[in-house]
Amino acid sequence: MNSINVNGTDFSVKDEELELSLLDYLRERRFLTGTKNGCEKGLCGSCTVVIGGKALRACKTPVKKAVGTSVVTIEGMEGPGGELHPLQKAFMDAGAIQCGFCTPGMVMSAYALLLQNPEPSREEIRKALRGNLCRCTGYQQIIDAVELAAKIVREQAIPVEAGCER
Amino acid sequence: MRPDTAFRNDARAKVTGRATYADDVSFAGMLHAVPVYSEYVSAKDVRIDAAAALASPGNVRVITAADVPGSATFGQIEKDYPILVSDRIRSWGDVCAIVVADTREAAKSAAALVRITATPVKAVLTIEEALEPGAPVVPSWSDSNVVTHHRLRHGDPEPLFAGCELIIEEDFSTQAVEHAYMEPEAAVCVPRADGVVEIYGSMQHPFSTRRFTAALLGEPLSNVEVYTISVGGGFGGKDDNAAAVCARAALAARLTGRPVKMRYDREWSMRETYKRHPYRLHYKVGVSSEGRVLAVKAVMHADSGAYLSVTPWVTWRSTAQCFGPYSIDNIHADVYGVATNNIFTGAMRGFGAPQVNFAVEQLMDMIAHKLKIHPLGLRRINMVKQDSVTVTGQRMRGHTVSLEDVMNQVVHEIGYRKKYETCSFGKSETDELYGIGLAISYRGASLGAEGMDFCGCIINGQYDGSILLEAGVHENGQGSESTMAIILADELGTDRKRIRYRRSSTSSIPDGGTTVATRGTIMGGSAVVVAARQYKELLQKHLAERLRCKPEEVTFHDDRIWGLNFEYNLTWEEAMRELFLQRITPYAFGTFQAPPVSWDDTNGQGDAYFTYVYSCQAVELTVDKKTGKVRLLNIVAGHDIGKAINKAMLLGQMYGGVTQGLGMALMEDFVREGGKSACLNFDKYQIPRTTDLPEMTGIIVENHDPNSLTGAKGIGEPAIELIAPAIANAIYNATGVRYKDMPIRIRPEDLA
Repeated sequence: MNSINVNGTDFSVKDEELELSLLDYLRERRFLTGTKNGCEKGLCGSCTVVIGGKALRACKTPVKKAVGTSVVTIEGMEGPGGELHPLQKAFMDAGAIQCGFCTPGMVMSAYALLLQNPEPSREEIRKALRGNLCRCTGYQQIIDAVELAAKIVREQAIPVEAGCER
Repeated sequence: MRPDTAFRNDARAKVTGRATYADDVSFAGMLHAVPVYSEYVSAKDVRIDAAAALASPGNVRVITAADVPGSATFGQIEKDYPILVSDRIRSWGDVCAIVVADTREAAKSAAALVRITATPVKAVLTIEEALEPGAPVVPSWSDSNVVTHHRLRHGDPEPLFAGCELIIEEDFSTQAVEHAYMEPEAAVCVPRADGVVEIYGSMQHPFSTRRFTAALLGEPLSNVEVYTISVGGGFGGKDDNAAAVCARAALAARLTGRPVKMRYDREWSMRETYKRHPYRLHYKVGVSSEGRVLAVKAVMHADSGAYLSVTPWVTWRSTAQCFGPYSIDNIHADVYGVATNNIFTGAMRGFGAPQVNFAVEQLMDMIAHKLKIHPLGLRRINMVKQDSVTVTGQRMRGHTVSLEDVMNQVVHEIGYRKKYETCSFGKSETDELYGIGLAISYRGASLGAEGMDFCGCIINGQYDGSILLEAGVHENGQGSESTMAIILADELGTDRKRIRYRRSSTSSIPDGGTTVATRGTIMGGSAVVVAARQYKELLQKHLAERLRCKPEEVTFHDDRIWGLNFEYNLTWEEAMRELFLQRITPYAFGTFQAPPVSWDDTNGQGDAYFTYVYSCQAVELTVDKKTGKVRLLNIVAGHDIGKAINKAMLLGQMYGGVTQGLGMALMEDFVREGGKSACLNFDKYQIPRTTDLPEMTGIIVENHDPNSLTGAKGIGEPAIELIAPAIANAIYNATGVRYKDMPIRIRPEDLA
């Protein structure tokens, strides 16, 4: 039986679900609608999820390729008691949110960055988020938010992993 | 003092993925609808053969104009936009049919089988073709392709040109621009047992959506209830088409009796929806030796595309602001909207101002260079100041005219004066050419003489001390709900936590006008103040006795209600309990009417707007001599917005507006070829990315505006309307080459 781990829970995958994109699977079979569909061609980054520490486009990832892996979506970022991830808190505090449609993908790309680089420069943040389009913010406060989250994680020695108790 | 950290009532929902957008809404038994397009750009005698589609699996139903109980066409001004095509196709974006099926996949498969045949009609694809004598007339309702013509006659420029030291005559052009909101259109419509159809849609204007839907269904407005849910951006672009998507889904829901979802692919969104108007602008400007602009003649043509939408209003703003923020005594302008068979054009953030500013702010630099006057000095000589008269004959009073101050602050912040001396002007030892440039603007706030301008607000106090708030402006992602909540909390002296912004619908609050024209904060915010004042008066009247003072002595602060001295006070919980015991409903409805404006259509003279936002943006950049590639180094944006309500969100509007503006200047081009376009997703239509942008600085200038009950004006559109000419000026100062067509494309051979 094929299975997939989404935000810490194992789900068995039906044969017909193997043909879906991970985006459709998450949104329509797991009802995790936080992962957004902005272009369906891997061009906008709104559907970014994290698999094996790497940011991936769910719309271009077939479910069959995700079988056996652990997928983290925006819904998996909070701690068990609903505590926000430092990135989420920083996006709120830095004013990085406007329409919010790109926000989940941005947070997930930034999460993959922080997993690899706990002290990114603003240039490194810009490079890591290059594939995530936003039409509202001009990105500046998003960069601020990622910088702020990284600082808080370092200074307060908070675990960066998604879904942790904080 | 208000804290500077960001406040959004929807931030937690959006950052956790719980915020609900239209495509996130589902109902049991929901069907799926998709649009059907044809490959015709202009054709008549349209025939739709649905037989093959109907035979495909998934309980397919094909809906055409023949199934429409009301009017298949609608529009904001002229009712000419086909929500469903009847017998005439006028553009490649026209929707000929809707296919409904059990699943989206089944609907898409069936849609591909719908056969549309028609007799081609010669298409008109450029402004020039459309104006030729004998050209086919595109609109159904007009005998000419000139669908609107605004005249401005202020003084008499013609005799003055002869005495001018310098006459400069130039042409400029701008392109079609896609809004590129991150969320494509979507709608879920539910037929309710009481006969109402409910709409959860990705749209900018619930009341406009309701009008489109009621028209298509042939039902009264009260039969359609449009709910506010999270919207993934609009920028002016989610009106006509987004409303039509809702209307189509509502029709499908009516005809099937089932909930229907219609979600757009990005390709459909870009193909069907209206764009920013491409402009052709011609200016003749006469200047004295001292740099005073003495005479101006301007002629502009805007490509309206196949349908009128709001072209008369967009071109009206271009008329009222036809020579930037300058006081010119003798100026004539003619601004035309021209119909073609291109995908139509309509509202987009900036609304007829970015095109004009692109020309005017370059002209000012060109004049300065020719007369050897500093570009800042030339602007100072000609700009509007307190009590100046504008090109529409409006005397600038009743608010602080701060343009010079705003410009000075930006010039100081970026170090313009010294850096200007170091510009390359085409000469550099290395491959890099350096330039700094700026532009200034004023922008009439809200609708001005373009439309009826009023807005309402409801404050519904609860007996436990909590408060429900709603205003007749719409949350499109810009943060209007948060702004309204902050304004109410300030008025009532309460904690923001006490206030819940109610998810409003078109049936819960009166039509407050569309959330456009940078009017959300000034109109919605002022309505909140009106309602809050009424609400406080009610409370004063009924709590004075408990607080041992006269009603007018009751005050509201520190999250309590106070008597004359601090001995007597009530918590909100106690106050509401007292009102309950007195059988008083703690409720207020207030409306704010915009101050008067005036306009004479025959000469384009009048008090066009009741107040103005003053702006300056400056940019530093380099141009690579070998590749022509532009690298932006630094941007400073300064705006007098009256008063900052939510500082972080205000700065976000500035950065976002600048970014959209620089996308238009350097990258974005919705290329139309033969009335069609290949720019249907983010591969062919590139918008700015993180790595395209420099660090930006926002300067907030606050001169509280007496025309606004909060003192605040607005920022949405001022932020986007002037970075393009600032970039063009910086590129000239770097390269010595003037680019008068947008988007700016620098070829290496230009720099040789």
